[in-house]
Amino acid sequence: MPNTTAAAPVAHLIDEFNKLPGIGPKSAQRLAYFILRVPDDEAEALAQAILDVKRLIVLCSTCQNLTDIDPCSICRNESRDRTTICVVEEPLNILAIERTRSFKGLYHVLHGVMSPMDGIGPDDLKVRQLETRLNAHAVIEVILATNPTLEGDNTAMYLERLIAPLGVRVTRLARGLPIGADLEFADEMTLTRAFEGRREA
Amino acid sequence: MKTPHIYRTEAVVLRQRKLGEADKILTLYSPNLGKFDAVAKGVRRLKSRKAGHVELLSHTALLISHGRSLDIITQSEGIQPFPALRESLERISRAIYIAELVDRFTEERIENYPLYGLLLETLCRLSERDDLDLVSRYFELHLLAFTGYQPQLSVCTACRAPLAPVLNYFSPAAGGILCSACRLSETSPRALTVNALKVMRRLQSSSFTDASRLRLSTSLLSEIEEHLRIYIRFVLEREVRSLDYIQSVRHSLPAAESVVLAARVVS
Repeated sequence: MPNTTAAAPVAHLIDEFNKLPGIGPKSAQRLAYFILRVPDDEAEALAQAILDVKRLIVLCSTCQNLTDIDPCSICRNESRDRTTICVVEEPLNILAIERTRSFKGLYHVLHGVMSPMDGIGPDDLKVRQLETRLNAHAVIEVILATNPTLEGDNTAMYLERLIAPLGVRVTRLARGLPIGADLEFADEMTLTRAFEGRREA
Repeated sequence: MKTPHIYRTEAVVLRQRKLGEADKILTLYSPNLGKFDAVAKGVRRLKSRKAGHVELLSHTALLISHGRSLDIITQSEGIQPFPALRESLERISRAIYIAELVDRFTEERIENYPLYGLLLETLCRLSERDDLDLVSRYFELHLLAFTGYQPQLSVCTACRAPLAPVLNYFSPAAGGILCSACRLSETSPRALTVNALKVMRRLQSSSFTDASRLRLSTSLLSEIEEHLRIYIRFVLEREVRSLDYIQSVRHSLPAAESVVLAARVVS
């Protein structure tokens, strides 16, 4: 909804903020008026940061992660285990896994998940790039860390069949109950998997 | 009948799309309300209690409340998650195809109870059986019947003469078979072998139990598949996208052990 009572530049700024995810018309207005009140150099810094991100961030040619240097800092880190690749759907998944500090290998970002009904196939994701990597380097294990949804499972199964003939060990992350969950609300499949993956107490 | 503020229904989740930060809009297929959309709030969060119960292709029981624009799912309890579908590409690709067909063949909020039953039965069969292509062809023919597009397989659609056990022609535009005399009226109807016609009639008119006793050669199944693919394409006036996926799995990534029966030729 264009704001017809504000001056044109303010109205344009509100419209632009409105496009951002999770920002509705009221929030967009609040942000626009905030920008009007801050010092000029702060507003410039924000504008410059936005321009820089688009200009300077590229995809790592090895793992397809978002980075400003190619190859990215993870791929060029000598101390990481280069024989294991963890495949994820989005760059944010890498952030989540890195926070655990329990994975020492490299990553590969698909930038999405396969959805046959919507016409999203392997060529719309970074699958060929994964195949190229596996043919070029000695990789022992590929961990498929796509989301545990139907699309994630479908993508994982497809990749498994694609990769297995290369003689690589293909694994999938374990399923089960998230910490803080209530057994009462858990769904059948989660509970079944949790039972299957049980360990010594 | 005015639907109440809160209502219960079971449904199969056909499609989904993201909404905002943590929500999804689900396209659901239900026994009494047909196809409709509803919002599943917060399911994209890790600790969501609902998420596992409203997975794509699952059969679930829902408590829904009327929202201003979209209805909102307030409670969900999975009935059948069909876990076996996630065990092979052959099963999952066909299940996705079935869901896409139901989505494309139906309009919102139009009840089609037999179609709902067929959808559930087919998802069960795709989970439990090995003759996945037979299950798919059976589904297609009955879907066509339940949605008003049943092809005419008993008589020639042009001259109405009973069909002879010779080579005939399947014409999507004519809505069924053309005999060899009448086929010249159409530019390029595809030839249909005697066995393919017999099997299609049998699939169309039988219960699944009877139909499942058929042992069909891969070439016969392929022929029927191709005729139905062209007919469905004609009826829908658009490609069924997930069909490409079934093909690519079949041709580029065959399983180590085939799950499709390809035994004796039907007599």
